[in-house]
Amino acid sequence: MLRLIDVSVHYGRVAAVNDLTLEVNQGELVGLIGHNGAGKSTTLWTITGVQRPSAGQITFEGRSVVGVSPDGILRRGIALVPENRRIFSRLSVGENLHIGTSARRDRRAAQADVKRMCERFPVLGSLYDRQGSKLSGGEQQQLAIARALLARPRLLLLDEPTLGLAPLIVDQVFEILQELKEEGVTILLVEQNAARTIEVADRTYVMRSGGRIQFQGTADELASMGDFETAYIGLAETA
Amino acid sequence: MNEASRRYAAVSGGFVATVLLVVLVLSLIVGAGEGIQYTLDSLAYGSLFAVMALGLALLFNVMGLMNFAYGELIMAGAYVMYFTRSWGWLGMILMTVLVVTILSLLMELIAFRPVRDASPVVLLVTSFAVSYGIQQLAWTDVFGLAHRFDSTIGTGPQKGVEPYPWLTNQFDVGGVLVSRLEIATFIVTGVLLVGLTLLLKKTTLGIQLRASSEDFRMAQLTGVRANWVISAAFGITGVLAGAVAILYILRTGAVAPDIGQGPLFVAFVGGVIGGLGSLGGAALGGFVLGAIINALSATLPITLKSHTQLFAFLVVIAILVLVPNGLVSIRGDAVKRLWRRVRRSPAPAEGAA
Repeated sequence: MLRLIDVSVHYGRVAAVNDLTLEVNQGELVGLIGHNGAGKSTTLWTITGVQRPSAGQITFEGRSVVGVSPDGILRRGIALVPENRRIFSRLSVGENLHIGTSARRDRRAAQADVKRMCERFPVLGSLYDRQGSKLSGGEQQQLAIARALLARPRLLLLDEPTLGLAPLIVDQVFEILQELKEEGVTILLVEQNAARTIEVADRTYVMRSGGRIQFQGTADELASMGDFETAYIGLAETA
Repeated sequence: MNEASRRYAAVSGGFVATVLLVVLVLSLIVGAGEGIQYTLDSLAYGSLFAVMALGLALLFNVMGLMNFAYGELIMAGAYVMYFTRSWGWLGMILMTVLVVTILSLLMELIAFRPVRDASPVVLLVTSFAVSYGIQQLAWTDVFGLAHRFDSTIGTGPQKGVEPYPWLTNQFDVGGVLVSRLEIATFIVTGVLLVGLTLLLKKTTLGIQLRASSEDFRMAQLTGVRANWVISAAFGITGVLAGAVAILYILRTGAVAPDIGQGPLFVAFVGGVIGGLGSLGGAALGGFVLGAIINALSATLPITLKSHTQLFAFLVVIAILVLVPNGLVSIRGDAVKRLWRRVRRSPAPAEGAA
């Protein structure tokens, strides 16, 4: 579904991602873990068209998405839940949800989806008229996920959705991800919480500094790699 | 009180406070009767700049652009009015709004779209270049403008749009002289401000504009089309500029290539004192500064009249010192807190004595 082949991304002369090859297949939940500054977020910004790769190919459903604008990429079916949620704080919950349907032409169905989303995330329904800035971190995260889902994406990218959340809320977020996975939503999850990510993901890529993939595999495969834990923990310690 | 309610309260309170202050000051200086008359005129003048500052703030918020070429939209509107004056007032109005809106859209398409992702400095320099370029075009012989308006350069009599006597002649309402133009200014600016508020609050485009003004990149990532939303912002500012051009030129009559610079400067500074980050704040700032300038030019002694802007900008400096983040940052309970401070202050003084 999504393929990155030998993708490199540079900020000036500094390489943030180097020869990255990664694949997400239909219906999979793929994890991408690594310490701060490894290039995980840059990878997502590059897939969504915000950052242009300096080399390599990115294809989605067989078509290249390099050079396509961020709103064009959303229309192709890739939605992003960004780091720190980035909900529109001056807009109400309802307006934030409404913005999520911007790429859709089926206005009536979109309206019905907003209603359904409020049933799925009851807190959003009860806080429909509240300003975004007045929501708690967990509520904002649910809003960011709901906003992205309203575009009816075929691939959902999540950038550290549990960052800065209380442990109880982290559990809730992983429950939501599990539910989405069971519904067949294809997900690429970027996280620092390695253990939880490996547990929920079908496959996980481990990125090291400079945006290179060091390990990849299922939970069992990663567990069988003797040096994985040491290497990952080692990487985490150096962060 | 949430952030949105607080801002609405601040903006509404600001408008009401300005009206009351202008009535009070003018009534004290020139007497109640004339005071009310000058107040009406000052508020009409201020409301023009409220609309203009709103246009500037909209572009500033959506794409981080301070469009100094906005003054040239007023200038273009003035020329269109000059050339279509003989078409009748309806034809003139429609043509002016149409041409100014198209010019605004063309500005975006030709000049600003190619540098959209550039740094704020590049955007600023581009806006100066567009402003200067259009103004120079008007000074040259292209379109016969310079030839027609040669007499405006230097000491010759200034050409302009002939006024409509039925619109500018004043009539008596309970001892206060009012013109239809003043009433029309209130109605048009009121309709534009309310209309724009409804558009921003109630329509999909409005929500997209507000989202883009808060986080443009994220709005794109949620599917908002950048080209569409920015073109819409330029289109809206074009309509606002067209309306301001009509009301302003009908008031002053003068037409010249640099006619837009003065209003642009007032609207820009007004927007800054109101708070350019907020549409309501910018409108309030434009309104306050426009009303102050008009009130000063009406009441200053004849020897000081030419220094109206000096006194107006002294007030601006005072406002910026007191509320550096703009008038809109004043909290809704500011009066209450001030009163509390005033009531508390005598106690230590007595104790000290």
